[in-house]
Amino acid sequence: MTRMKQIFAVLVAILREIFDESAYARFLATHHLRSDRSSYAAFLREQAGIKARRPRCC
Amino acid sequence: MPKPLRVILWLSIACLGAAALATIALHRGEQINALWLVVAAFCSYALGYRFYSKFIAAKVLALDAQRATPAERLEDGRDFVPTNKWVVFGHHFAAIAGPGPLVGPVLAAQFGYLPGTLWILAGAVLGGCVQDFVILLFSVRRDGKSLTEMAREEVGRVGGVVAYVAILSIIVILLAVCALVVVNALKASPWGAFTIAMTIPIALLMGLYLRRLRPGKVLETSLLGFILVLLAIWGGQWVSQSPLVGGWFTLTATTLALVIMVYGFAASALPVWLLLAPRDYLSTFVKLGTIALLAVGIVALRPTLHMPPLTRFVDGTGPIFAGKIFPFAFITIACGAISGFHALISSGTTPKLIRRERETRMVGYGAMMAESMVAIMAMIAACVLQPGTYFAINSPAGIVGAAPEAAAATISGWGFPVTAVEMHALAQSVGEQTLFNRTGGAPAFAVGMAHIFSHSLGGAVMAIWYHFAIMFEALFILTVLDAGTRVGRFMIQDALGHVWKPLGRTGWYPSILTTSALIVFAWGSFLWQGVKDPLGGINSLWPLFGIANQLLATVALCVATTIIFKKGKTAYAAVTLVPLTWLVAVTFTASWEKIFDANPRIGFLSHARLLASATSPPPGVARLIFNDRLDAGVTGALMVMVALILLESAFLWLGVLSGRKDVGVKESPFVPSRFAAEEQG
Repeated sequence: MTRMKQIFAVLVAILREIFDESAYARFLATHHLRSDRSSYAAFLREQAGIKARRPRCC
Repeated sequence: MPKPLRVILWLSIACLGAAALATIALHRGEQINALWLVVAAFCSYALGYRFYSKFIAAKVLALDAQRATPAERLEDGRDFVPTNKWVVFGHHFAAIAGPGPLVGPVLAAQFGYLPGTLWILAGAVLGGCVQDFVILLFSVRRDGKSLTEMAREEVGRVGGVVAYVAILSIIVILLAVCALVVVNALKASPWGAFTIAMTIPIALLMGLYLRRLRPGKVLETSLLGFILVLLAIWGGQWVSQSPLVGGWFTLTATTLALVIMVYGFAASALPVWLLLAPRDYLSTFVKLGTIALLAVGIVALRPTLHMPPLTRFVDGTGPIFAGKIFPFAFITIACGAISGFHALISSGTTPKLIRRERETRMVGYGAMMAESMVAIMAMIAACVLQPGTYFAINSPAGIVGAAPEAAAATISGWGFPVTAVEMHALAQSVGEQTLFNRTGGAPAFAVGMAHIFSHSLGGAVMAIWYHFAIMFEALFILTVLDAGTRVGRFMIQDALGHVWKPLGRTGWYPSILTTSALIVFAWGSFLWQGVKDPLGGINSLWPLFGIANQLLATVALCVATTIIFKKGKTAYAAVTLVPLTWLVAVTFTASWEKIFDANPRIGFLSHARLLASATSPPPGVARLIFNDRLDAGVTGALMVMVALILLESAFLWLGVLSGRKDVGVKESPFVPSRFAAEEQG
């Protein structure tokens, strides 16, 4: 059961990383912010430059 | 596990893999089960990972468990973040998995299932996985530098320029091919066109929902978007049956091409959060789910492959693309075997997330194995179709004829029986008006996928599964298209910024609009050419894409080989030198044949000559001749670039081997890893 929980936790962590939820959590922690519209807007501004320069593979 | 047991286990895997490969290679005249391909793939990957990648890690790269990675040394919580290896693996796989491993194997199935399957397995284990692994490690050792930067620093100025031009070329050609695949999948298909059109407002809604209502809840938003997409698929059935609304979404190839160009321009110029990011999330969500679903479906159904191992088209007379197995099978299947584009990902975000050097093996080598498995699944999806059906869908009207009866008669004459009535029934069952001449690979893959899903996962409604598959592919491809258009725009802005500084400002709207228009014009010209081509465009554009992609792999392998020589690991240089030599042979032969071959179906120039000398030329002949010459020029330029970087690298290798050149590599200095210390203490 513990093993299953670990696998599930890793799967959730993978999804959170792929979908930038972890990046947002790190952003909030780094800037000592709470999650709200303005924090997310600031995060999106920071991410825009990074995400837009990231090619999607063929 | 005790050593004798380990030996027995690995010997068993080797024997099982050999038996599976013998079965798929030696069976003639009888159909085999698709699970043999799956077993052969799993055993090949297991052996490759356990033995070959371990050898590379230990002997060639000398992975250092004590050395801190850039994620640890430069940790900033933004770009550089030490991350769990499974998380990096998932992130890397999601970034490298694109439409290439789905479309390439479907097209290459015209030779039969055997050549493509063997190339996917051998190419991945000995080439693609190796490239991704070594480039990832070399980038980790250089603070996460990009391939272009490594090429400039380790090979020389020519290497850097060639890498830049190769990346831009591949993006332009890739985007054109991707758009053409979507056009061919959606033309005269109101159901498909409606579903894909709906993904745009759905993405916009997701963007607003994320920003205004639930900031940061991306998984929840993606799930919501996915439910809306499923509703759009369901609603598409009604649209296709409505004479009025169905008419709005029944689009010709040229109209679709124009719509896609306008969309690409808008996606490049609009804010990232509004369209690009939500679409990216949505397509990743659908992509990961569908790939997993397809794997389950294949294992559950264990379908029979109806395609023979080798078809008569190994002689180069194939209807989908002309040319013999060598070199064209190796150009057609790039992403599932070896793809230069992966080197951009391996030297992009991933090296900045790696926590320990030893994890580059699992992420670099391992994720490419997973990508290769996707290509095997695509091959299975194509080969479960009856060969007559497969060729009816994929053959252009210019080869088999536009009338259903004529096309069926031509294909049956090749020894692959099919009738117009059967094809009509199949089209009806998937909710399409016709499935003849649906070139590009996507519709054939969708029919194969729908067959697997409807027979294994329940829900006998082929039409819903078919349109789910079409939505999956088109969504996936359009995400590549809008992300690629924006990346291309940035590259052009970077270059133009050297000419006139304001043009390099990424937030200045005149520059955004000008460079967006330039990049859309570049890929849009090739797309227009493909749409107007009577042979369907795939015949000329897919090989160009394959050549450009393998050129980038050549650059990556040249960089890797140079670093291996400089580090004094000459005895192990064959690890990258052998795939490099193979790629050079493939790229040069394919380029030469595409330019100069006397057969007008292969050679661009001979096709131009044929058109010029025609007594009753087709409409728009001047444009077709121009296209042929342009394609020949682009192919020639790619060839020259391969030659330039090879020459520069070879001179450097000779200098290093003879002791005349400085052998210093530009690695960042050694810093002990605190993670290693924590592990030990």
